[in-house]
Amino acid sequence: MTITEDAAKAEKALKYIGTRPVRPDGVDKVTGKARFAADLRLPGMLAGFVLRSPHAHARIVSVDTSAATGMPGVKAVITAADFPELDPGDPNHRNSNNLMARDKVLYEGHVVAAVAASTGREAKAAAEAIAIEYEVLPHVLTVDEAMAEGAPVLHADLITQNVEPEATEASNVSKRTLLERGDLEAGFAEADVVIERDFYTKPVHQGYIEPHAVVADSSPDEKSVVWCSSQGHFRVRSQTAGMLGWEPSQIKVLPAEIGGGFGGKTTIYLEPLAVKLSHMANRPVKLVMGRDEVFRATGPTPGTHIRVKLGARKDGTLVAGKAWLAYENGAFPGPWGMLGSWTIFAPYKIPNFLIEGYDVCVNKPVNIAYRAPSAPMAAFATETILDEIAVELGIDPLDLRLQNAAEEGDLTVQGPPYPRIGCKETLEAIRNHPHYSAPLGPNQGRGVATGYWFNIGEASSATVHITENGDAIVNTGSPDIGGSRASMALFAAEELGIHPDRIQSGVADTESVGFTDTSEGSRTTYATGWAVVEACRGLVTELRGRAAKMWGVEADEVEWADGEARHTKGDHEPLPLAQIAAEAKQTGGPLSSSASLNAQGAGPAFCTQVCDLEVDPETGLVTILRFTTAQDAGRAIHPSYVEGQMQGGVAQGIGWALNEEYIHDSKGVMENASFLDYRMPVASDLPMIDTVIVEVPNPIHPYGVRGVGEVGIVPPIPAIANAIHQAVGCRLNELPMSPPRVLAAITNGNGNGSGNGSG
Amino acid sequence: MAHVFLGTEHRRFTDGVAEVDVEAATVKELIAKLEVRFPGIGRELEGNAVAINGEVIAYATYERVPEGAEIYFVPAASGG
Repeated sequence: MTITEDAAKAEKALKYIGTRPVRPDGVDKVTGKARFAADLRLPGMLAGFVLRSPHAHARIVSVDTSAATGMPGVKAVITAADFPELDPGDPNHRNSNNLMARDKVLYEGHVVAAVAASTGREAKAAAEAIAIEYEVLPHVLTVDEAMAEGAPVLHADLITQNVEPEATEASNVSKRTLLERGDLEAGFAEADVVIERDFYTKPVHQGYIEPHAVVADSSPDEKSVVWCSSQGHFRVRSQTAGMLGWEPSQIKVLPAEIGGGFGGKTTIYLEPLAVKLSHMANRPVKLVMGRDEVFRATGPTPGTHIRVKLGARKDGTLVAGKAWLAYENGAFPGPWGMLGSWTIFAPYKIPNFLIEGYDVCVNKPVNIAYRAPSAPMAAFATETILDEIAVELGIDPLDLRLQNAAEEGDLTVQGPPYPRIGCKETLEAIRNHPHYSAPLGPNQGRGVATGYWFNIGEASSATVHITENGDAIVNTGSPDIGGSRASMALFAAEELGIHPDRIQSGVADTESVGFTDTSEGSRTTYATGWAVVEACRGLVTELRGRAAKMWGVEADEVEWADGEARHTKGDHEPLPLAQIAAEAKQTGGPLSSSASLNAQGAGPAFCTQVCDLEVDPETGLVTILRFTTAQDAGRAIHPSYVEGQMQGGVAQGIGWALNEEYIHDSKGVMENASFLDYRMPVASDLPMIDTVIVEVPNPIHPYGVRGVGEVGIVPPIPAIANAIHQAVGCRLNELPMSPPRVLAAITNGNGNGSGNGSG
Repeated sequence: MAHVFLGTEHRRFTDGVAEVDVEAATVKELIAKLEVRFPGIGRELEGNAVAINGEVIAYATYERVPEGAEIYFVPAASGG
C-alpha cells in the first residue's frame, strides 16, 4: 500500500519511477552466478590466515615469528611492526590499531599476526607456530563495569571530552554528549504523570550472510588491485592506503557483489593485511573470515544502559524528558552514545529536556554501524515509557504520539528546525490501518512504536553512456546493498525517457567513476540517484544539441521527451535516441555524461509500526502474529525495494528484540560465535510483514526521495515490548526478551495485571 | 549579521554563552571570527556540519552565510 501526499500526486505523471522492474542482479544471484570476493581465484594465489588474541585484554610482551616463517609453503608473515605507527590525530589511527594490535590486545579476536602460504592449512599451521607472550590484564565488558570507580582502563591516553570540570585522568569514557533545552525542573513540576525506568541491551551483530572476504594482488612497486565485499570501495581504498602509508592512487578497488552489510561493511578489517601479504609475497592473496571471526572481530552494535524519565500532563502533552545514555563503543572510541542522544526524543515535541550521552570503551570488538545505529536502543526506552504513560492516562498510544509528534519547524534536539517531515503521516497511516482495530485473542497483545533516523547525503558520482544502438549504461560508485542498481536505472529511464530494460546499471571500480562515499546512512538512492539525474540531464542537453546539429537549427528549438528529440517549431520529425546514437560520430563523437555532487538536505525518516504477538505463559515463548510498518519514503523509486528495506529492518528488529545477544564468559570470551548459538530469526519465525509506504516528498530532492534503508529497525523492539505488556501485563526492560526472561517476568509478577492473559 | 547557536560542547570556550551574532560572508569567515572572540573554539567547529537556516550542510566551509541567517553546528555523522 502506498499513501502519497496530494502535492506529489499533483506533479507531472511519472512513467518509470514508482514501477517495479526485476532487479538487474537478480538472475545471477538466484542462479549462483553472481561473483562474491571469496569466489575469485587468481593464478598463483596464496591463502591467508589471521591469528587473533585469545584474551579480552592483555599486554603483548613479545611476538616471535621465526618458527612460522620457515614452515612449508609460507610466503609472508606480518605483525603490527610491518605497518606504520600512525599519529593519534591521523584519521586511520583507530582503525590501524584495530587492524593489528600493537602493544595491547583489547578484545578476544583482536588481530596479532597474519600469514600467507600456498594452502590454507599451511597458513594456519604457521600462524599457530607464532609465539606470543601475553600479560593478561583485567577486563571490562559492560558500560556499568567500564564506568565504575577503579575500573581497568583500556587506553592510558583516553581523556573524557565535554565534561565539567575538565577531565584530567584517563578513563574508559571517551565523550559526553549534552543536549538541553528549557527548564527541566519546571517541566517535571507541570507533569501529572512522571515515569522513569532503566533499560539494558546487549551487543547484537548485523548478521550479514556473507563473511568479510578480500583478494589482493600487489606489485613490487607498491601498487595493488583489491577485490572485496564492502559498502564503500572508495573508503576501502582510502583506509587501506592510510594504514599502509600509501597514496590512494596506488590502490584500485573493484567492488564484488555484497552478501549483506547493514552498516557492518562500512569499515575494513582484512584489506590492508591482504595487500601487505601480497606485496611481501609478490603473489595474490585471499583472506576470508569464518563466521566465528565475523562474530568475534567485526563490529556488532553496542550494548547499552539507558535511563529515561518522561513527564506528561493529564491530557497527554509531554512537558519534560530526561535521558541518561551509556553506549558501549567496543575497544576504541566511537560516536554511538552521541547518536543515541540525537535520536532518543527525536519524534516528539518535548519543551524541556536534558539528554546526557556517554561513549564508553569496553573489551569487546569495535562497534560499528548497524541500520540506524544507536536509535533502536534509545527508542526501546522512550517508546516503552510512552506506552506506560498512555496506559496510565487512558489515552490510545497512537493518539498520545500524534498529540506530541514533531512536525516541520519544530526544533530538533541538536537545534536546527525540522524541514518537511512525515512523522505524523506514519502515525496516521497505522491508526487508519485495519490491523490496528483487528480483534486479539487470549495471551495476545498489540504494541505500537515510532522511530526516527536522520539520513545523510554526502558525495556521489555517476556516469551515463549511450551505446551505438541507443541504449544506456549507468555506472555509479555506490555498492548495491539494497537494490540500488534498479533504482539508478529507473532514474535514468525517467530522465532519458527510455524503458528501464534498455539501461544497464552497474557499480564501477575506483578508477572508472568519480569519488563516491560509502553506501550508508540511507544515502544511496537519495544522493547517488541525484548524481544519476544530473548526469542524465547533462546528457539530454548534449542530445538536444546533437539533434539541433542534425536538423540545422538552434538547440533551444529542441526539447527532449519520451526518449526522442522534438523540434518545438514542428519543422522536423522527432529523432529517437537510437537514431541520434547511430549518427553520434557524425555529430561530435560518443555520447556520455558524468556528474558528481555533494548532496545536502537528506530528509529525515520516520516510521511507525504495530505488532501483534502471543505469549505462551508456560514457556515465555513469544510468537509474532502480525506486523505492519508504515514509513515515509519521500518518494518510492522502486516500491518493491522500499518494501524490502522496510521488511528487512523489521525482521532484524524482531531478532534483536526476542533472541539475539552476545554472550561472554567470565574471561571475556564470546560463547556463542556461530549461527547455531546466536539465534537470528529465520523465515519460519516471522509473519508476512505488511508495509505502508508513506510519501511526503523531500522538497530538496529532484524526485522527493528520502532514505529508506535504516529507520525500519528502530520501532520493532519497543513495539514488541509494548505488545508483550498488553498480552501478559509485564514490562520488560532488558533485551533480548527471550523465553527465559519473559517467563521470569511472568513468574516474578513484575507486570501490572492489565494484560490479556485472563483472555 | 548571522545568529549563531552554540551547543553545550562548545560553550566551554564561550563562558557559557549559547547564542552570538557574527558578521560573516562565509562559514569559514564565521568560524574565524568566532575563534578570535572565543579562542580554541575554531578547531572544535571545523569539521562539523552546519545548519544554515535549517538546511544541514556537510562540508560547509565555503558556504555563503545569508544576512540574518540562523546557524547551528552539528557534528558530522553517517549511519549504517
